[in-house]
Amino acid sequence: MEFKKKTKIKLAIPTASMPDIIFMLLIFFMTVTVMKTYSGLKVRVPDALKIEKLDVSKRHIATIWVDKEQNIMINDITVQEVKNLRNRAYELRVNDPLLIVVLKIDEKAQMGIVNKVQQELRKGNALNINYSARPGEL
Amino acid sequence: MILGKKKDKDVEIPSASLADIVFLLLIFFLVTTSIDTEKGLDLVLPPPGDIEVKIPKKNISNLFINANGQAMLDNEIVEVNEIQRLVKEKLFENPLLIVSLKTHKESEYDVYIKVLDQLKRAQAKRISLADPDEE
Repeated sequence: MEFKKKTKIKLAIPTASMPDIIFMLLIFFMTVTVMKTYSGLKVRVPDALKIEKLDVSKRHIATIWVDKEQNIMINDITVQEVKNLRNRAYELRVNDPLLIVVLKIDEKAQMGIVNKVQQELRKGNALNINYSARPGEL
Repeated sequence: MILGKKKDKDVEIPSASLADIVFLLLIFFLVTTSIDTEKGLDLVLPPPGDIEVKIPKKNISNLFINANGQAMLDNEIVEVNEIQRLVKEKLFENPLLIVSLKTHKESEYDVYIKVLDQLKRAQAKRISLADPDEE
């Protein structure tokens, strides 16, 4: 028995608008991308439950790393002495009043160094800070 | 005098490969973009300089963390995950309560964040970070 072949219908997705759609996507990703990223120090941030997303874009973020061995780094610049943090924080704050300082501090770090960093940030007038944390479970 | 019009030449930029080029750019930006946002606990530090604010004693609740990671709330040793409940009760009694958080300089950052997290969950908006004890 022979089956009757269906008549062929000409099917074509219109591709004329494809470049326009891709252009829109491209423009979206171009505006969203922030090129500078820092490698930072190797830290394991503590976990917390009541964490909030930062409500500013990445452009207004400065990051400070403090690791277990009390090394301090701000935006990939190693800070030898805690006192030098003040000027760096001040410069960043002057250049960007919306600045938020994200503190990525190792969970095994001691509070002595954390308090020192906080005091320096106060003196550098960078007052909006955010303790980076991993989302934890109940 | 009439200038002879130039013959219209068929000049066109080939646009067939436009889509491909844009595709390449799109893929580049797709790969370089990292969407992940930073998450953490917000805090606003007090402005520099010592400002003495007189706060009545009854509006202050002292919270200490020692080097062993133990917490003490108003002279009673408490478990870290009990702080949320205790502070909530205290806030219910006195909405003007300020929690003064003091840490020993050898206590771990992890405990500090845990305590801060508990305070945030108890909706304690007024948190004071006391200077660590100078020795």
